[in-house]
Amino acid sequence: MFPWLTILGLLPLIGGLAMIFVRGTAAKQVGLAFSLVTLVLAIIVAFTYNTGTKGFQLAEQATWIKAIGAHYALGLDGIGLTLVLLTAFLTPVVLIASWNDPDLPKPGEPVSPDGTAVTHRWGAHAFVGLILATEGFALFAFTATDVFLFYLFFEVILFPMYFLIGGFGGARRAYAAGKFLLFGLFGGFVMLAAVIGLGIVSAQHGAPSYLLTDLTQLHLSTNVERWLFVGFMIAFAIKAPMVPFHTWLPDSVEQSTPGGAVMLAGVMDKLGTFAMIRFCLQLFPDASKWATPVVMVLAIISIIYGALMAIGSKDLHRLIGWTSVSHFGFIVLGIFAFTTQSASGATFYMLNHGLSTAALFLAAGFMIKRRGSRDISDFGGVVKATPLLAGLLLFGALSALALPGMSSFISEFMVLAGTFSRHPIYAVVATIGIVLAALYALIMYQRTATGVPTAAVTEKFTVDLSGKERLALIPVALVILVLGFFPKPILSIINPTVSDTLTQHVGLTDPQPHASEGGR
Amino acid sequence: MTPLEVTQATGLFSLSWLLIAIPGVIAALLLVAGKVSNPWGHILATLAPIASFVLALLLFLQLLGRGVGDRSVNLKLYDWIAVGNWHIEAGLQIDQLSIIFALLITSVGSLIHIYSIGYMAHDPNRRRFFAYLNLFIAAMLLLVLANNYFALFVGWEGVGLASYLLIGFWQDRPTAATAAKKAFVVNRVGDLGMSVGIAFMLYLFGSVQFSDVNAGAANMTFTQATILGLLLLLGACGKSAQVPLQSWLLDAMEGPTPVSALIHAATMVTAGVYLIVRSHAIFAQTETAALVVSIIGTVTLLAGAWIGCSKDDIKKVLAGSTMSQIGYMMLAAGIGPAGYAFAIFHLVNHGFFKANMFLGAGSVMHATDDDVNMRHYGALRKALPITFVTFGMGYLAIIGFPFLSGYFSKDHIVEAAFDRSWILGVLALIGAGVTAFYMTRLMIMTWFGRDRYADGVHPHESPLIMTVPLILLAIGSVFAGLLLNDWIGGWLDPAVGGQSGHSGIFDFSLIGGITLPVVAIGVVIAILIFGRGRQIPVEQPASRSPFTLAGRNDLYGDAINEAVFMRPGIGLVEGVTKTDTGGVDGAILGVSGIIAGVGARLRRWQSGFVRSYALTMIAGAFLVGIVVVLGRLA
Repeated sequence: MFPWLTILGLLPLIGGLAMIFVRGTAAKQVGLAFSLVTLVLAIIVAFTYNTGTKGFQLAEQATWIKAIGAHYALGLDGIGLTLVLLTAFLTPVVLIASWNDPDLPKPGEPVSPDGTAVTHRWGAHAFVGLILATEGFALFAFTATDVFLFYLFFEVILFPMYFLIGGFGGARRAYAAGKFLLFGLFGGFVMLAAVIGLGIVSAQHGAPSYLLTDLTQLHLSTNVERWLFVGFMIAFAIKAPMVPFHTWLPDSVEQSTPGGAVMLAGVMDKLGTFAMIRFCLQLFPDASKWATPVVMVLAIISIIYGALMAIGSKDLHRLIGWTSVSHFGFIVLGIFAFTTQSASGATFYMLNHGLSTAALFLAAGFMIKRRGSRDISDFGGVVKATPLLAGLLLFGALSALALPGMSSFISEFMVLAGTFSRHPIYAVVATIGIVLAALYALIMYQRTATGVPTAAVTEKFTVDLSGKERLALIPVALVILVLGFFPKPILSIINPTVSDTLTQHVGLTDPQPHASEGGR
Repeated sequence: MTPLEVTQATGLFSLSWLLIAIPGVIAALLLVAGKVSNPWGHILATLAPIASFVLALLLFLQLLGRGVGDRSVNLKLYDWIAVGNWHIEAGLQIDQLSIIFALLITSVGSLIHIYSIGYMAHDPNRRRFFAYLNLFIAAMLLLVLANNYFALFVGWEGVGLASYLLIGFWQDRPTAATAAKKAFVVNRVGDLGMSVGIAFMLYLFGSVQFSDVNAGAANMTFTQATILGLLLLLGACGKSAQVPLQSWLLDAMEGPTPVSALIHAATMVTAGVYLIVRSHAIFAQTETAALVVSIIGTVTLLAGAWIGCSKDDIKKVLAGSTMSQIGYMMLAAGIGPAGYAFAIFHLVNHGFFKANMFLGAGSVMHATDDDVNMRHYGALRKALPITFVTFGMGYLAIIGFPFLSGYFSKDHIVEAAFDRSWILGVLALIGAGVTAFYMTRLMIMTWFGRDRYADGVHPHESPLIMTVPLILLAIGSVFAGLLLNDWIGGWLDPAVGGQSGHSGIFDFSLIGGITLPVVAIGVVIAILIFGRGRQIPVEQPASRSPFTLAGRNDLYGDAINEAVFMRPGIGLVEGVTKTDTGGVDGAILGVSGIIAGVGARLRRWQSGFVRSYALTMIAGAFLVGIVVVLGRLA
C-alpha cells in the first residue's frame, strides 16, 4: 500500500532539512511550497477517508524494536484526521503571516517584533525550518497508532518549539523557553514511566506490543489501570494545559512570535487533548470514568480561571494565552462527559480553537508589529487608523467568545449541552465561562481598537493590512464562518470515531431524553 | 394540548430562506467590497429589506388563503448538527406568529433604511452603517423564522452582534464603545439562561425543534417546566431590557438614532416577548414561571415609566418608555392564553409608534445640531411642522388616545391584567397614567412653550427622504390598532395556543372606562406642571426629591451592578492574578525546580546550557527507558 501518512509527515520534515541549504527569501519560498504541498496531500487524504469504516485507515505498520514491542505504525481515524487538517492548514498560514518577521535586522536597523532591544538569534531559514519541523512531528504524532511511537513525537516536538521561542521571542525569551522545556520534559518523564509500565504489563500478557490495537485488548487490574492513567493524564494535562499545570503557557506564548504562538497553542497543545481521547479513554476506560469527577472539576476551574486571568491580562499575547487555558477547559470537559455530543464537540473544539487562536494571534501580531509593543495600554483607536485590521481582530475576538455563526460556537454548544445531558450541574457552572469570554474578548477590543487614536497609533498605524497579511488571515476567517454554518463535513468525520470510542471502549451510551413519552 | 399541524413547504414557501439570505448576502457584500461600494452601498442595502418585505407579504397572502389548521409551514434547509440522537436542523417555520414579525421587521426596517439615507448622508462610514443594518435584518428574521431554538439562538446572538456594532458605530467615542460592550455583556448574562435552557431542552426532549418541544412539554414535571421557563425568561430579560437586566438599554442610545428606532425600540428588544409567546407550551405547564413573567413585566413597566419621567434627554425618555411598553407586553405574555395575542398586538403597534417617535426625535436632532436635551428645545412645532404632526400621532397612540393603535392594545392588556389579579391590573393602570404624564412632558418641552435653543441653532424641517418614512409610520401608528383589533386574536390564537376572545371595537368594558380618565389625569398633571407659559430652565434644576434623583440615575441600576458584580469581579480578577503569579506558578516552579534539580541554575539558561542539558536529558531518558524495558524482558 502507498505510504500516504509517512509521506505526509515526512514532507515538512524534508522541507525543514532543506533549510540547511537555502537562506533568506528563497528559504521562505521553499518552506511555503513544502507546507502547501503538505496541505494538498492532507486534503487528498481527507477525501480518501471513508467515514463509514471503523478502525484506522491508510494504516502502515512495521516492527521497529521487537524486544519492547515498539512498531512504526501509522493510521488515521476521524479525530486524527481533523487535527491533521488543522495542522496542515495552519502551517502555511503561519509562514505567510510571519513572512517578514524572522528576517535578521539589517545593519543599523534596531527593529524586533516587540520593540525591545532583542534581535533574532538566527535568520528566516531557521524560523521556517523549525515551523516545518513542528508541523512534521505533529503530523506523525496525530497519526501514530503505537504508543511508543506517539511518545517519541510527543517529546521530540518540544525541541523545535523550544528553539522557536528561544531563538525568535521577546526580551524574556530565554526564561520562557527554559520554563517551557522543563515543563514539557517533566511531563514527558512522567509519561515515560507510564509508557514503560504499560510495556511491562503488555509483556506479562504474552508478546510485548505497543500497538494501540493490541493494548486495547489488555485486561488491566484496577490498580494498574489507575496508576497508568494518572501517569499519562499528568503528561497530557501539562501539554493541554490544564490548571494547575498551566503556568508555562502564558509565559511561553507571551515571549513567542505570533507565528510561534499559533504553532504552540493552536497545534502542539492539541497533542494533550488528542491523547486524552485517544489513549486515556481507549486504554484506560474504567480509570477514566473513575477520575471523571476530579478531571471535570479541574476542567471547570480551568475555564473560569483562564477567563479571569485573561480579563486581568495587560499583555496581548498573554491574554490570548489565557483564553486558551479557558478553552482547553471546555475541551477536557467535553471529553470526560462521555457523551457523543460532548466528545465530538470537544474534538471539533480542538479544530476551532486552533482557528480562532490563529486569527487572534495573527491579528494581534500585525498590530504589535506596527506599534512595537504588546502592551494593551499602548494601543487605542486602532479602528480609525486601520479599519480592516481592527475588524479582523474583532472577528478573532468574537470567534474566541464563541459567537453563534462562528465554528467555535458549534463546538462550545455541543460541549456544554452534551455535558448537560449527563452532568447538568457541571455544565451550568461551565456556562459562566461564556459571560467571562464576552468580557475578555470585548474589553481587549475596546481598549486596543476603539476610542480616539492615540498619538503613537496615528503615527505608526499608517498602512492597513498588506496583501500577505490578508492572504494569511482571510482564509482563516472564511473557514471559521463556513464551519459555523456548515459544520457537517467535519462533524461527520469526527462523529463515528468518537461514538466508537465511547461505546466500544468506554462502554457508555448517551442518556435518553428525560421527558419523552412514558419517561415520566 | 393537541400538537400543531405542520405542513412541509412547497411552492413559494420553499423560497422563504431568501427572506434572510437577501439582506445577509448584501451585508456581506458591502463589508467585503469595502470603499468600492461607497457610492451605491446604501441604495443596495435599502433594497434588501424592501425585497424581503415583498416576499413576506406574498407569503402572508398565501397563508391567508389557507385553512386555519394549515397555516404552519415547515422548511428544512439542511442538518446543522446531526450527532448522536441530536438532529438540529437549519430550518424555518412560517406560521401566523412568525409572518407577523417578518412583516413588522421588514416594513419598519425598510422605512428606517430609507430614513437613514438622509440621516446618515454626511457620515463617512455610511456604507458600513447600512451593512450592519442589513446584517441586523437578516439576523432578526432568522430569530423569528427559525423552526427550532438553536437556529433561533443564532439569530438571537446575531442581532446582539448587530446591536453591538451599531451602538458602538461611532467607535471613536469612548462612551459609545463602553455602551456597546455593556449591552453585549449584559445580554450574555441573559444568554446564560438561553444556553442552559436549550441544553435543558435537549436533556428533556432530545430535540430543540418547536414542534417536538411543544409536543413533549406536557411530559415535563412541574419543576422541570418551571426551571425551563425561568431560564428562558432570563434570556428574554436580557434581550428585552427587563428588570434586572435593563441597564444596558439606556446607554444603548449612544448609537445613531435610526438604530435606536429599529433595534432598540421596534424589533430586537421585543425578541424576549416573542420567545415567551413562542414557548407557550412550556409556560402552559408552569403557573409559577408564567406569573414571574408577569411580575417582571409589571415591575419593568413601572420602572421604565419612572425613568421616563425624570430624564431630559429625549432619546432616554423614549428608551425608558420602550422598557415600559415592553413591560406591558411581558405582563400580557405572562398571563397566558388570554394574553398572548394582546402581547403581540401591542408589540406591533408599539413597533410603529415607537419607531415613529424615535425617528421623529432623530429629525429633531437633525434640526438642532444633534442636541438631545429637551431643555434646549421648545416651540419646535413651528420649525418642524411635519415631524411635529407625525410625532404627535405617535404620542396620541402611545398614551392610548381613543381609536389610535395603543388605545386598543394597551386596554386589552390592562383588562387581562385585572382578570389575572387586581394587583397587576392596578399597577398596569397606574403605568398608563404615568405614561401619559411623561409623554405629555416630552411633547410640551419639545414642541410647545418658548424656544430655548442656543443662538447658533437654526431648526429646520428634515428632507423628504426622512419625512416620508415618518408620515408612513404615523399612519401605521394611527390605524394599526383599528385595522388589526378584530382580526389579530383569531389569527394568532391557533399558533400560540391562545384564547384571546373576541374584542370588538365598541366593546366598552368597565376597565376600559377607567383607563381613559387615568390617562387624562396624567396628561392634565403634566400640562399643569410644564405647560401654560411656565418657564422650563435650560439647566437641569437640582432636585432633592428621591424619586427624581433615582429616576435620573436609572433607578441606580448601574450602581447596583457595580456594587454587586463589577467591584467583586474586579477584586476576583486581581486576586486570581496575584495567586497565579505568586502562588500557583511559584509553587509549580519551585516543585519542578527541585525535581529537575536546576533550581540554582536558572540563571544559566541564557548561556545556551539548557539546550545541551535538555538534549542530554532526553537522550538519557530514552536510554534509561529502553534499558529498563529490556532488562525486564530479558
